[in-house]
Amino acid sequence: MNDSLAYSILLASLIKVLVLLFLVLTAVAYLVWFERKVAARIQGRWGPYRVGPHGLLQPLADGAKFLLKEDTTPAGADRLLYFTAPVITLTLAISAIAMIPFGPASVHILGVATPLVIANINVGLLAIFAMTSIGVYGVALAGWSSNSKYSLLGGLRSSAQMISYELSLTLSVVGILLLAGTFNLSELILRQDGFTWGYLPKWNLLSPTFPQVLGLFCYFIAAIAETNRAPFDLAEAESEIVAGYHTEYSSFKFAMFFMGEYASMITVACLASILFLGGWLSPFPQTPGMDWTRYIPAAVFAASGVALILDGLHHRSFARITLPLLGLILGALSFLCLQPGIIDYVQGPFWFLTKVLLVLFVYVWVRWTLPRFRYDQLMRFGWKVLFPVALLNVVLTSLAVVIRR
Amino acid sequence: MTPQLVIFLILAAITVAGAVSVILQREPIHSAISLITVMIALAGLFLLLESEFIAAVQIIVYAGAIMVLFVFVIMLLNAGAEERTNMSSMARYVGVPLAIFLLIELAYQVGAATSSMTAQPVAEGATRALSMLLFQDFVFPFELTSILILIAILGALVLAQRSEGAPAQRAQQ
Repeated sequence: MNDSLAYSILLASLIKVLVLLFLVLTAVAYLVWFERKVAARIQGRWGPYRVGPHGLLQPLADGAKFLLKEDTTPAGADRLLYFTAPVITLTLAISAIAMIPFGPASVHILGVATPLVIANINVGLLAIFAMTSIGVYGVALAGWSSNSKYSLLGGLRSSAQMISYELSLTLSVVGILLLAGTFNLSELILRQDGFTWGYLPKWNLLSPTFPQVLGLFCYFIAAIAETNRAPFDLAEAESEIVAGYHTEYSSFKFAMFFMGEYASMITVACLASILFLGGWLSPFPQTPGMDWTRYIPAAVFAASGVALILDGLHHRSFARITLPLLGLILGALSFLCLQPGIIDYVQGPFWFLTKVLLVLFVYVWVRWTLPRFRYDQLMRFGWKVLFPVALLNVVLTSLAVVIRR
Repeated sequence: MTPQLVIFLILAAITVAGAVSVILQREPIHSAISLITVMIALAGLFLLLESEFIAAVQIIVYAGAIMVLFVFVIMLLNAGAEERTNMSSMARYVGVPLAIFLLIELAYQVGAATSSMTAQPVAEGATRALSMLLFQDFVFPFELTSILILIAILGALVLAQRSEGAPAQRAQQ
């Protein structure tokens, strides 16, 4: 390989990293908005509505507020660890997304064709688990270094909980590894290509060898516990230990924990859609009769564009202009998606992001529906229900693989 | 210098510095974090040898599971800074020379054994080869080791139960 090509590849990767970083941080900001809106709908409220139309500028306002708040350090804190803990959390949460493949096609940057993934490594799945498994130090060290009993309790709870649920999390995907025989995430998706009886997709959830329903059940529950979200948010249970591990954090350091939580939610949702829901694969067979399914992305964009324009007419002042403008942008996107060169290109990312959004919705739905577990219930459930079920799934899947080979 | 050599030197320096720091730190939690740094730098060295699987497992098992337990215990005991004592005369006159002798001997032996060797990157499909070794060629020792660990866990449980359970039984009677 000559040097100029190597530099082009390096530069192309760097551009991909920057674009993905921008997209992920934006997605994190709007995931918070999405969660608040869904929570409000569940509780019969409006949710954010004041800043921008439908509260769409709320993330910006929140960000500005975080930056402007006073940044305090508690007396007697372990300063070095107190500063590094949020950095660990956010860095690991964001870098895990580098392993996620977003589509089958490759993009041309500076004349180099690169796939829609930053690090397409052979052990991608293990690398993501490695990142999530050291993510616990952010929480544990924050609890330790704050010099506060509530923080310490939160950190303790979190580390015990993560050790317990990480076992189930890792075991729950062993069934899929048995079916696919690879750790590479792109290959894991390609192994799920095809349709049973011509219409049922061969995703791992509906695998003809052994459907991974138990696997998804265990994965999803363990993932909620791993990301410290309700009903497993014992580490920050506000009715018991103030705010748990981030009690003493304020300003942007708190924002880093906050963003880290949502970024790891996105990683977990991406992984769920890759492992169980076929990643970027379309749920419709690509036979001549089903050709119309290729226009679904354009139709979805067009429909939401029209909805936004109609909605804008109900508003007065600012939103009367901005909402139709957003609608027009979506309309332009829809038109773009109909172009012959682009229509095949958008299929992968569109289906992938749709599935991710679906998983994220369930995530938020669970949080605002179920009450928090008690600590002994959490431990009993993790070790006496989740772990045996995950083991059972491994045994049954291995049996099915051996019998049907 | 090739880029690989530069990365190797950086990782090796981090590993050694971390290992020294494990001993020199006074706060137990700082020692634990130094050890985690060593584990992660070691994983980087494995990556340099193109054994991605070992690198990932190194992080998951050592940095992500075992060290979390260490940190958990340190936090649970709320262990404070260690007290520094002057070395005992035993350590000063016997321990230190022996340690230095061991270091020199190890360095000499490793240097002699590997002077004609260069690090070989593992071939493609290393994960498959490793699992073949573990689950076919060496399946008996492998399973035996896991049973050994299981027995150790059971033993620890029995010991912990006995010291706690005995007074409770007496109280019931």
